[in-house]
Amino acid sequence: MELDPDDVFRDEDEDPENDFFQEKEASKEFVVYLIDASPKMFSSTSHSEEEDKQESHFHIAVSCIAQSLKSHIINRSNDEIAICFFNTREKKNLQDLNGVYAFNVPERECIDRPTARLIKEFDLIEESFDKDIGSQTGIVSDSRENSLYSALWVAQALLRKGSSKTADKRMFLFTNEDDPFGNMRISVKEDMTRTTLQRAKDARDLGISIELLPLSQPDKQFNITLFYKDLIGLNSDELIEFMPSVGQKLEDMKDQLKKRVLAKRIAKRITFVICDGLSIELNGYALLRPAIPGSITWLDSTTNLPVKVERSYICTDTGAIMQGPIQRIQPYKNQNVMFTVEELSQVKRISTGHLRLLGFKPLNCLKDYHNLKPSTFLYPSDKEVIGSTRAFIALHRSMIQLQRFAVAFYGGTTPPRLVALVAQEEIESDGGQVEPPGMNMIYLPYANDIRDVEELHSKPGVAAPRPSDDQLKKASALMRRLELKDFSVCQFANPALQRHYAILQAIALDENELRETRDETLPDEEGMNRPAVVKAIEQFKQSIYGDDPDEESDSGAKDKSRKRKAGNADDVKYDYIELAKTGKLKDLTVVELKTYLTANSLPVGGKKEVLINRILTHIGK
Amino acid sequence: MARNREGLVLLIDVGPAMHSVLPDVEKACSLLLQKKLIYNKYDEVGIVVFGTEETGNELAREIGGYEHVTVLRNIRVVDEVVAEHVKQLPRGTVAGDFLDAVIVGMDMLIKMYSGGQKGKKRMCLITNAACPTKDPFEGTKDDQVSTIATKMAAEGIKMESIVMRSNLIGDAHEKVIEENDHLLNLFSSNAIAKTVNVESPLSLLGSLKTRRVAPVTLFRGDLEINPTMKIKVWVYKKVAEERLPTLQLYSDKAPPTDKFAKHEVKIDYDYKVTAESTQVIAPEERVKGFRYGPQVIPISPDEIETLKFKTDKGMKLLGFTEASNILRHYYMKDVNIVVPDPNKEKSVLAVSAIAREMKETNKVAIVRCVWRNGQGNVVVGVLTPNVSEREDTPDSFYFNVLPFAEDVREFPFPSFNKLPASWKPDEQQQAVADNLVKMLDLAPSAKEEVLLPDLTPNPVLQRFYEYLELKSKFTDAALPPMDETFKRIMEQDPELSSNNKSIMDAFRGSFEVKENPKLKKASKRLLRDKPSGSDDEDNRMITYDANENKIDIVGDTNPIQDFEAMISRRDNHDWATKAITQMKNRIVKLVENCTDEGDKALECVLALRKGCVLEQEPKQFNEFLNHLFELCQERKLPHFLKHFTSKKITLIPKSEAPDSDVVDENAGDYFTVKQEPMLES
Repeated sequence: MELDPDDVFRDEDEDPENDFFQEKEASKEFVVYLIDASPKMFSSTSHSEEEDKQESHFHIAVSCIAQSLKSHIINRSNDEIAICFFNTREKKNLQDLNGVYAFNVPERECIDRPTARLIKEFDLIEESFDKDIGSQTGIVSDSRENSLYSALWVAQALLRKGSSKTADKRMFLFTNEDDPFGNMRISVKEDMTRTTLQRAKDARDLGISIELLPLSQPDKQFNITLFYKDLIGLNSDELIEFMPSVGQKLEDMKDQLKKRVLAKRIAKRITFVICDGLSIELNGYALLRPAIPGSITWLDSTTNLPVKVERSYICTDTGAIMQGPIQRIQPYKNQNVMFTVEELSQVKRISTGHLRLLGFKPLNCLKDYHNLKPSTFLYPSDKEVIGSTRAFIALHRSMIQLQRFAVAFYGGTTPPRLVALVAQEEIESDGGQVEPPGMNMIYLPYANDIRDVEELHSKPGVAAPRPSDDQLKKASALMRRLELKDFSVCQFANPALQRHYAILQAIALDENELRETRDETLPDEEGMNRPAVVKAIEQFKQSIYGDDPDEESDSGAKDKSRKRKAGNADDVKYDYIELAKTGKLKDLTVVELKTYLTANSLPVGGKKEVLINRILTHIGK
Repeated sequence: MARNREGLVLLIDVGPAMHSVLPDVEKACSLLLQKKLIYNKYDEVGIVVFGTEETGNELAREIGGYEHVTVLRNIRVVDEVVAEHVKQLPRGTVAGDFLDAVIVGMDMLIKMYSGGQKGKKRMCLITNAACPTKDPFEGTKDDQVSTIATKMAAEGIKMESIVMRSNLIGDAHEKVIEENDHLLNLFSSNAIAKTVNVESPLSLLGSLKTRRVAPVTLFRGDLEINPTMKIKVWVYKKVAEERLPTLQLYSDKAPPTDKFAKHEVKIDYDYKVTAESTQVIAPEERVKGFRYGPQVIPISPDEIETLKFKTDKGMKLLGFTEASNILRHYYMKDVNIVVPDPNKEKSVLAVSAIAREMKETNKVAIVRCVWRNGQGNVVVGVLTPNVSEREDTPDSFYFNVLPFAEDVREFPFPSFNKLPASWKPDEQQQAVADNLVKMLDLAPSAKEEVLLPDLTPNPVLQRFYEYLELKSKFTDAALPPMDETFKRIMEQDPELSSNNKSIMDAFRGSFEVKENPKLKKASKRLLRDKPSGSDDEDNRMITYDANENKIDIVGDTNPIQDFEAMISRRDNHDWATKAITQMKNRIVKLVENCTDEGDKALECVLALRKGCVLEQEPKQFNEFLNHLFELCQERKLPHFLKHFTSKKITLIPKSEAPDSDVVDENAGDYFTVKQEPMLES
């Protein structure tokens, strides 16, 4: 808690100075949700199987958006969104057009970052909709009213915000009316179709993409060809795939993993010295870093205002506040050896920040224990040094072909490290990139960092037990039975993080119930209980443990230690409650404090003050 | 000796064959002792050297023999002098017998720690093991070594042998070496002894474990295959970064007369609502807030406690998968090792059976782990087999943490195939690269592998402790330069590069790289705008016309325009170079033709100068101007020279192009000085 949260949660190897080089990619999204609110959207769609479960299309659309917003606010909270209903009785929009109602809550512009209040009120929209907004068909032949046209206009006007160079702009259109001008006289229909399509085209020309989420009646599929294929600009190839993909799209919107999305940025710019006189330019990206629940802001618990932390260094002898860099000491040989901050940083600065190639080794020289921290992904750049990409690709290909990795010295970390550069071929699946092409820089430990644990468990001259052929065979059968189908790294969501987001959402939105998060990391119980699996495990167990399954029961050390702990608890030397009352707990030693904590199964970590506080809280209860 | 302490005897070969590496041995040993002074200051150390002229050990005095083995220091608690001592090892004169030294060392340890003293006993033998050992009085050498080793094992003495084999002198007998290696192996199989062969001073420094860390288990419990089948395992850290010691803050505020000053610094944290406010909030009045959209939502500790994700300690198997499914770069953290509980023979068997089968079939296991009860999160990781080569070591697993779905950032990168052809290597270049990757080989065979992580020491730590030692003697000592030994990890091995010189040259030749001129300009323009301001002419004269970039030759009729158009072509950096070359040729022709078109040549020179300033190619122009000057003198064309002087055409000085070698005052010097010495640089 004494740490600056920004420091704790920054990527370890991120270099703040490099913010300047952040790539100019769309880093922000502007989204307008357009929801058809015509009476047709409210007619319930009956599911033939489940008669009692009736949902209107309006409900489907609204709950889909509500779900999507709840992910959005965590994943991309800088994006700006707006929600507009069309075919409404009331109107509310800047252009004052009939039949369009832009939904909003106080303290928020019409298109703005989503807020808790917006989500909260939008969750309840169905209750108040009829009273406040109302449904009314807005396409009227006689008055030439065209609410779809107006809706597109309002959305486009909202999306005027933000530069199209730095932001993606999108409209999501929810409707179940595949032929909005179907009932018109032919001339009016043509006219309205033409103007509406033109409006849509104008929007698209401005770089706004329009995405349609059509809702089909159970008995009649939404016919995209009637009108909307032109509105969203589908060509005939895309047309065939469009309708089947709709269901998935809706599911995806609803069921997004809560995961903060970060803009693509270069974590490091690296000069790679291949040999004397030849250096190329690489960019380093942090593609894998432990996700954290966002930065912590400390608040004053009474006012909920953010708290500023001020750190001061105080001389214990004089009480004076220390300014500027403070000297450090290392006790050594009965004296205090003094270092200035500058001297220490010089000790650490042993090289330029370059990456220097030292040579190549076969891939099997890279052992499983040669790892310290997450890798950095390297991709070449010709931005400053022309020819970098070519040299990089040539080495990349050779390394893959010859199954070798490069060993290099990298001066850009503290301390500088030997690194392994492992070439990674591009892997694609379903049209998406699973692994980008490039090299992964793996930070290697030094001899100082590697511990010889194996030696500790060796008994000299005594052969360690080795399995028989039968035991190996049973192990093999077990492994075949327990094969994970289609396993991919990162298929599991982090259960603690998902729970954190669920808590955050519940508190922010005053929800009564905590959304259940599933722990995907638990073993697949059903699969484990399949008879064949159970049998394989049973046979392996039998082959190892024989008929005496109790042989390995907890008879040994564990019980003893338990007894010891219990003994301690009985053997109460002090009346802790009395000591606590008189404030004399601080006179006890840490070990004595821990005795109490252990006896009461409380955590024993922390400084003495923390321990005392913990005991006081416990006694207080 | 307490449980946690170590008694160590260093057995150092100082015979003539070792002299060349002794400085490195001294360095390694002194680092070991220095760290003991800081981290394990109650450890006890003795030093024995062998190969010395004289003899000085208790065994020799008691029973005779054991010649040329000298005890430099009896076993006692490390102190200030010992680190010093070990830096001045004597240089011996005879080939030492390492077996004698081992017996002397063992005798010291046994005498010192007899009577069931707890604690660790260790010998560290540093030798080249290239000198013959004496035959024992009875039995064979093998018998003798086995007896010693068994005794060592019984006494709980560990031994590590570092065998330095880079500097073998020609007359070292292969048979002797073979025999010695065999004897050292015998130690390994009968006692806790290991032998590390090192080939360079660098790996010598890395091979000696200088920091003793008491191994602590991270987890002891069940590896659960399913609720009915559990294997008892212990988990340790296999890899953990050794950092610099945490230095304390020092305050010099106390008056020098204050003898009781502690010189300590306390760090205070104040929590305030606003920076200006003086009102300080107590730490427990704060509450954690998390961003939710634009707002910060406070979550009280109670809420966190009751709602948070709860875990139960344990390791659960999720299943097995192909090793190729787990790409190496997904390993997220330092590595753990999962060892079967040494007291449970059946667990040792079970781990061994699975590990061996995994290795056989190239499979790995995916497990879900919670190391402690109430730990805030679970870890999903991969177990890979660690099948032991030593018979007496149980098999185990390495454990690496894998990322969760949220930990992956899916940034797309262009496919290499889709890049423009000019960015991709051609066949010849590919062949050159293949050659480099093949020949710049750090592991010609498993035995000859260099730069093994396991034998490569951390240069920063080495440097810090060296500096610490130095500062302890001279407070104001300057930081010594980086130790030469560490060049081997910071730069390519000169021997390896010179052996592969032709390949390196071919690589350099095939892959030309150059700085991007566009970017250069953007940054340089800023520089240029500062000093001048009167250079408006320059900017006016050359106007880049994007549409007119079809010109690819500097013609006769409008050389200046052609040149300007060409140099401003941005589709390829080559155009600028081409334009400059062609312009030079054109000027030389104009001068050589020696018509009265002196003015035209002059204008061309001016245009070239401006172009070179803009492209930041001062050298190109300066060299050319000198060349032109010489040409005019040779051809006796003084009127050109006069023109140049009158128009004040000068070399491009530093103020106009930072890359220039010419200082401003000398810009006009080419008229007066015949040879420009600075141009040779």
